[in-house]
Amino acid sequence: MKTILELKNIKKEYPGVVALDDVSFTLQKGEVHILLGENGAGKSTLVKILSGAVRKTNGKIILFDEEIEIKNPKHAFQIGIGIIYQELNLIPHLTVAENIFLGREFSINSGIIDNQKIIAEAQKLLDELKVRINPQALIKDLGIAQQQMVEVAKALSLNAKILIMDEPTSALTENEIEELFRIINKLKEQGVSIIYISHRLDELFQIGDTVTILRDGKLVATKLISETTHQELIKMMVNRELKDQFPRVKPSIESELLSVENLTTVNRLSNISFNLKAGEILGVFGLLGSGRTELARAIFGVDEILSGKIRINGESVVIKSPIEAINYGIALLTEDRKTQGLILELDLQKNVSLASLSQVSTYGILSDTKERELSEKYISDLNIKTTGPQQIVRNLSGGNQQKVVLSKWLSSKAKIYIFDEPTRGIDVGSKVEIYEIMNRLTKEGAGIIMISSDLPEILGMSDRIMVMHQGRITAELSGEEASQESIMHFALGENYAN
Amino acid sequence: MLIKNFWSHNARQLGTVIGLVGLVLIFWAWTPYFLTISNLLNIAQQTSINAIIAVGLTFVIITAGIDLSVGSIMAFAGVVMASLLQADQPIYIAIILGLLVGAASGLVNGLLISYGKLPPFISTLGMMSVARGAALLFTDGRPISGFSPEFRYIATGEILYIPVPVIIMIVVYLIAHFVLTRTKLGRYTYAIGGNEEASLLSGINVKMMKTIVYSLSGMLSGLAAVLLTARLNSAQPIAGIMYELDAIAAAVIGGTSLMGGEGKISGTLIGALIMGVLRNGLNLLGVSSFIQQIVIGSVIIVAVLVDMALKKGKN
Repeated sequence: MKTILELKNIKKEYPGVVALDDVSFTLQKGEVHILLGENGAGKSTLVKILSGAVRKTNGKIILFDEEIEIKNPKHAFQIGIGIIYQELNLIPHLTVAENIFLGREFSINSGIIDNQKIIAEAQKLLDELKVRINPQALIKDLGIAQQQMVEVAKALSLNAKILIMDEPTSALTENEIEELFRIINKLKEQGVSIIYISHRLDELFQIGDTVTILRDGKLVATKLISETTHQELIKMMVNRELKDQFPRVKPSIESELLSVENLTTVNRLSNISFNLKAGEILGVFGLLGSGRTELARAIFGVDEILSGKIRINGESVVIKSPIEAINYGIALLTEDRKTQGLILELDLQKNVSLASLSQVSTYGILSDTKERELSEKYISDLNIKTTGPQQIVRNLSGGNQQKVVLSKWLSSKAKIYIFDEPTRGIDVGSKVEIYEIMNRLTKEGAGIIMISSDLPEILGMSDRIMVMHQGRITAELSGEEASQESIMHFALGENYAN
Repeated sequence: MLIKNFWSHNARQLGTVIGLVGLVLIFWAWTPYFLTISNLLNIAQQTSINAIIAVGLTFVIITAGIDLSVGSIMAFAGVVMASLLQADQPIYIAIILGLLVGAASGLVNGLLISYGKLPPFISTLGMMSVARGAALLFTDGRPISGFSPEFRYIATGEILYIPVPVIIMIVVYLIAHFVLTRTKLGRYTYAIGGNEEASLLSGINVKMMKTIVYSLSGMLSGLAAVLLTARLNSAQPIAGIMYELDAIAAAVIGGTSLMGGEGKISGTLIGALIMGVLRNGLNLLGVSSFIQQIVIGSVIIVAVLVDMALKKGKN
């Protein structure tokens, strides 16, 4: 085997965060190299460096025995690195052939596009892959699997020697996965090397040659697939010290606040049943595509519920919109603060009062004084670091933005809190502060559903843990019986436990 | 940071004010008559109709929408009202009906956008044609002219030397400013334009708010119809063509972002005045209307370029 790409001691620092620390990685010609790790382990940062989307802070990249600096995505293509993202980058209303050669159209002398040639070349590429797709079909009429093949064809047309695939099977059916694997094997024969990112362990054993495990931005190990086991991989993915970062104080758990029975929705969720008690933090763990966020959206009245029952304080309710959810005392802290939680261009005070304007207004007329007092209360209560109520929230740090979102819901006097990834992108100090607020809320009798893909957080803060996989609940564990390994087993949909 | 924000916010407003003052000085230098009280009042009066329509558009644009139908709605509301006046109905009944016709047309826009999920551009483009057609059909294409002096007082009257249309405009601006800055409706207008998803998830009735905003825009077109009809002593089914673009220009020159979430009612007033000063000044200088169009178009483009440059500096 011949080494075609070598990463030496790669380091990537973002302000305040080390995303990759001293990671080395070697890719052989014609191998499928799996990149494995939890969310936030550093896989995507590594991919971004290879694709030219970000620059490394330190370290060397050696491609074909030559040290290089990957300047930007276009440069990455030119040196033979192709990427197929999870979100496919195709233009729906153009044809397969037009997409493959987008930006590199063949032309007849004066700039008129040579459609015949584009179609013929596209056909040639598709034939090479032995896939039956009409090059003149519109992308929007193709299934996800076929679209992926188009991406592969596009990468090949760019003469890619290295192909990076980010969770390529997440949206595919069994048969489609078979087909993808056939293509991958074909690419291997042609000497293309593949960096393959996936959470699905079974798949890795089927398709991978080598696996590199990352954890918290550091390299754990590189192994031959034939020399490792499921158990060992899971252990390497999650094993880490649990420091005293989780100050969970368990209050007495009281009556039932919320119960959900056989909830099924249009998107993904099927037959979800669980309950939440006052004073409790219920952790919900699931990997990408497990339906964890969809669960939050269904309870909050955003996504349509097909069947199932929701009870609040024992009373059967139907929640059709966020307005109704808020009236029932539910609060949703969304996964993505910036696109779903905050109005970035408005100031702190206006964001805090957004869900409870009735409290600071009479006959629809707002009282600036009341509004300011409300926000000042939370600035001091939650220790928000800001220049004052009039600061535009765009200019706050991630942790402080999250506290503003929290203030919004605290002022709405909610009793049931759904936290979706409450500490993502937040520094350690603020994380602990957010956990303290959760403690306080539960002490005051609120119930919290904490959705997280951060295992230590789930273990450290939850009283009970629910694990989801592909829209179903695969396990419910008490805080005591749960371990990182057992949770990961259920999250991966493995049908055996520790 | 706070001080910096204060400056970047008000630099934008200051920029437009400086632009307005600059224009006034230039025209004054060229033609001294420009800066006489009577001409200034004249400008204010000429500006009032566009300024009132621009208030509705400011609301709509802050929600990240657009309303192309305001000119047509104005014509439609105008002819309906005029027919009532000619049928010797009481003036207040005719005016209220004019406002209602405007509001109802806006309501249809709002419902189509909120509940029919149509893009605002399409819905109001359709309404632009429908309302125009309705106005023509209603009058059989002919203007309705000749009203009582009591009705015409709305355009010709003065209170303490100030023309009534100017007073109406000032009142509309004061109310609109209050609504935008001090009421729930105003707050939700900014919130929806700033981030519709976050607004929905914060429990804001986004659909209803949008419907109200488009109805408001329609109603203000109805009010503009009252002023125009009184001034011309005639309601014309072809009145108000291209008014939507003047109103959009006023809002945009005044700093309202077409991306939504940003804008001030005071900015729109300055924007409308800049348009009015330009028209009046160029007329006084005897500049041909062809060249006027080129100048006004250029001013719009320069204003937005400056706005974008200022925002870039801010980030």
